[in-house]
Amino acid sequence: MSSNCESDKGPADNCITPHMTDKTTPHQTVVHGSRARAASARCDRDASRPLFWQPGVSCLRVLVLAFPLAGCEGMQSVMDPVSRDAYLMAQLGWWMFAAAIFVFIVTIGLLGVAIMIRHGDKKGVPSFRFSTGLVVAGGVLAPLTAIIAVVISGVLISDETEGDPGLAGPVIEVTGRQWWWEFRYLNDNGETVAVTANEMHLPVGRRARIKLISDDVIHSFWVPNMQGKTDLIPGQTNILYAEPAQAGRWRGQCAEFCGLQHALMGLLIVAEPTDAYDAWLDHQARPAVVTDHPGLDVFVEQNCSICHTVRGTRANGTRGPDLTHVASRATLAAATLPNTRGNMGGWITSTHSVKPGVAMPATAPPPDDLMALLDFLDALE
Amino acid sequence: MSRVPENPEATTSIRDESDPQMRARLAELEKTWQSPRGFIGWFTHVNHTSIGKRFLITAMVFFLLSGLLALAMRLQLLSPLNDVLDAQTYNQVMTVHGTAMMFLFAIPAMEGIAIYLAPLMVGARDMAFPRLNAFGYYVYLIGGTVFFLSLPFGLAPDAGWFNYVPLSGPEHSAGYGIDVWTTMITFIEVSALTAAVELIVTILKLRVPGMSLNRMPIFVWAVLVMSFMILFAMPSVIVASSFLMMDRLVDTAFFDVTLGGSPLLWQHLFWFFGHPEVYIILVPALGIVTSIVITFTQRPLFGYTAVVLALVGVGMISFGLWVHHMYTTGLPLMGRSFFMAASTMIAIPSGVQIYCWIATIWGSRPRYASPMIWVLGFFAIFIAGGLTGVMVASVPFDRQVHDTYFVVAHFHYVLIGGAVFPLMAGLHYWFPKITGRMIGEQLGKWSCAVTFVGFNLTFFPMHQLGLEGMPRRVYTYLPDLGWGDLNLLATGGSFVMAAGFGMILVNIIVSLRSGEVAGDNPWNASTLEWATASPPLNCNFAEQVSVKTANPLWDWHEQNQRAMVSGLSTTQRETIVTTLLDALPQSVMILPGPTIWPFVSAVVASICFLGLIFSPWFFVVGVFGTFATFVMWFIPPRYTTDPNADLPEEAKS
Repeated sequence: MSSNCESDKGPADNCITPHMTDKTTPHQTVVHGSRARAASARCDRDASRPLFWQPGVSCLRVLVLAFPLAGCEGMQSVMDPVSRDAYLMAQLGWWMFAAAIFVFIVTIGLLGVAIMIRHGDKKGVPSFRFSTGLVVAGGVLAPLTAIIAVVISGVLISDETEGDPGLAGPVIEVTGRQWWWEFRYLNDNGETVAVTANEMHLPVGRRARIKLISDDVIHSFWVPNMQGKTDLIPGQTNILYAEPAQAGRWRGQCAEFCGLQHALMGLLIVAEPTDAYDAWLDHQARPAVVTDHPGLDVFVEQNCSICHTVRGTRANGTRGPDLTHVASRATLAAATLPNTRGNMGGWITSTHSVKPGVAMPATAPPPDDLMALLDFLDALE
Repeated sequence: MSRVPENPEATTSIRDESDPQMRARLAELEKTWQSPRGFIGWFTHVNHTSIGKRFLITAMVFFLLSGLLALAMRLQLLSPLNDVLDAQTYNQVMTVHGTAMMFLFAIPAMEGIAIYLAPLMVGARDMAFPRLNAFGYYVYLIGGTVFFLSLPFGLAPDAGWFNYVPLSGPEHSAGYGIDVWTTMITFIEVSALTAAVELIVTILKLRVPGMSLNRMPIFVWAVLVMSFMILFAMPSVIVASSFLMMDRLVDTAFFDVTLGGSPLLWQHLFWFFGHPEVYIILVPALGIVTSIVITFTQRPLFGYTAVVLALVGVGMISFGLWVHHMYTTGLPLMGRSFFMAASTMIAIPSGVQIYCWIATIWGSRPRYASPMIWVLGFFAIFIAGGLTGVMVASVPFDRQVHDTYFVVAHFHYVLIGGAVFPLMAGLHYWFPKITGRMIGEQLGKWSCAVTFVGFNLTFFPMHQLGLEGMPRRVYTYLPDLGWGDLNLLATGGSFVMAAGFGMILVNIIVSLRSGEVAGDNPWNASTLEWATASPPLNCNFAEQVSVKTANPLWDWHEQNQRAMVSGLSTTQRETIVTTLLDALPQSVMILPGPTIWPFVSAVVASICFLGLIFSPWFFVVGVFGTFATFVMWFIPPRYTTDPNADLPEEAKS
């Protein structure tokens, strides 16, 4: 699976296809600083990849059906773990799968024998002792063994993957919104350092503490390559730990049905070495790099600023994603579209044909204004 | 084994006797138990065979309709970013498919088959509360029809079959969709409760003399367990949906966080019902499988007691594992570990049953008639589904696959394998009893093969889709996630499966017209439903019998005689009442006859429930309206003949 990522194309661009009629080609992305870093990081992951249970990956493929791999399969997969947590879960899955296959073959085999065989007395009725033995062994002892194994492994692995590590990694507060994700990076005092949306950067090898909240409906935060899912439930704070073992980017998706556009509520995880991460966070924490631009006036005139914040400017709405560094993100519309100028223009002018039902109204400023607006957004690195 | 019993006298009853006096007696009895004819008469039927058949047919219609919805969803998911259905329509179709399959097909189908067969199997002439039975049916019919019609009218709910708050709450789901869900589900569950009460009393009190609990057919045990489960589980969903109804209608705040309510309360209440629910569907299906295994191996079940204990065990354990639907909600690990252990524990009673069947089959050279072929299909699919069930019971593994297509695959293996396959097996098995004609044997086997292949093509790839990260309940997906091929395969498979069900439908229609005439006991089965005509007499049994073992027909076959109960009236509807454990004769119950009032009550109650969608005042209207119809329903009958007419002279005073 990872072999797909040896290409030297842009980062997520080749993995997330635009489905709007687009004025630009999918790969015509301007690669900015942080994105370029992320791009190289992603495709490094073959080299730095821990020796997780590779044979198993191909194993299920062979078992199910050998289909040709396409696109960036494995970027959102349980079977391609990039953290110890996901590795343990995947390995548990493989062991249980193997055991299940074994039990299935034995049981169906015994049924086959039962149908074929003739033994015992002349009516073919087996002895009471034999039948009892069959029921006790197959119906009680075998399941009991399985239960003990499943429960013990389940408790041990849960303890390891969900337990509080007590170490100070980054703390990120995730708010689920219909249908996008807000990420607030908190400092040691619990104060917000930086706000971003739909793209979460994590340092490699440090255990991030992710606080999950929601103020509309229930969502579920799931990045299968990294960690099991945990729900975001209004009125409570759930905690999840994520510790990528290697640099790269992975996709996650909301896993609890949350309404009309549940299907397109994705997110991107960018794992990078600690210094790259620190530099990124430092940049994200700063106000916008452009605070005086004709496009900003359009931004305010067209009421974008009612919902969106561009820190350092007069745009300070809070309903929608923080756009202070929007140009540094790889995707638009919750990891649905690559963040290209063409997609951005299309998204602004026809939100509802891309994701029907989203809160953002379609806005059609005059062409010159739109260009200015796109220039401004493009400059918000 | 030939279809005609070797010793025909052994299974004949008095209706065939040449004695003209007996013939006249039987004619009178049949007239007493006759259901009225005509259009109005149709709404007055109370006989359990009539009501049971209606439940079954209605459930099958809902099954076909919901199946069509499933095909629509599969078409939408055929390829990435497909546009067969838009997001809104897909979510509605998905919600109606899930809800209808659970509430309008699976439970009513099991209730229907239980209502039809359980009284026959215990040798009773009807159920304990025939009018309640009719009321339950009309409630189900009206509620189900209204619920399904919400789809073409664009009023369908769209928050999924488990309808989580706050998504389904007043703030996030405006419009009538969710109201249709809450009111109709509450309403339809009333029907499940009436059926449960009815079945419990019938099974515990109306068994023929001699049928002590340990001689009851396993299917009847399964129905008893199912009914008790309904009794304990349904109130929970009724409470939950009523709370939600009130949150939406009169601004109570059971689930509103800002006013101290809790979204998790909904999940607890819903799954406290929702998990037993799947076993409510599974347990009678296991009973069907047992009946068929016994008949087609021509052997008594090995481990009768073990299987009964296993059924009861499944029923009990199923109430202690609802939290495995909530592993990702942030509950403490200690609590989840308990539910993990409880969930995996289901493997023991299930394993005991499977191995008891294997032991029964061992060396018997079973007869491969179509019901048995469906049972073999059940074995393969159900065992596979059970094994993935153990996998998803594991907390860490479930945190990965929960709410993904892996779970979609798992529960379709369990529900289609564990309930639909046995139901189809039962349909082929009891078709001669219900209709008097054999079902086409060749087409029966081929339809099973096609359904089996189609099923596995549809649902097996979904395991891998889930592991590849595809969440469930998505109306579309992006192309480069690589889910296209397996989805295409699943969609192809779903049409093969639909063809299989189409073949069953054709087989039923052809067999109804031109099937071979069946006779009383075409399979040489051992239980009492085969001791009467096919289709059964109006009164079920010309003479109620008395039994000595769990397989009475085989004993009669050997002994060439049977013990009868005598002294029941022929001019009013009577059935014998026996003691709970040992089935010693206790008294005679006089059952009420046909009446229109249960239908009228159901109509009035539906108006009340439907009105609730629009105004809370309909609650008041409903209370008085249904009260009035209940009064009419319960007005004691005026006996047209002396109720003691049949008793011997000395007993009359």
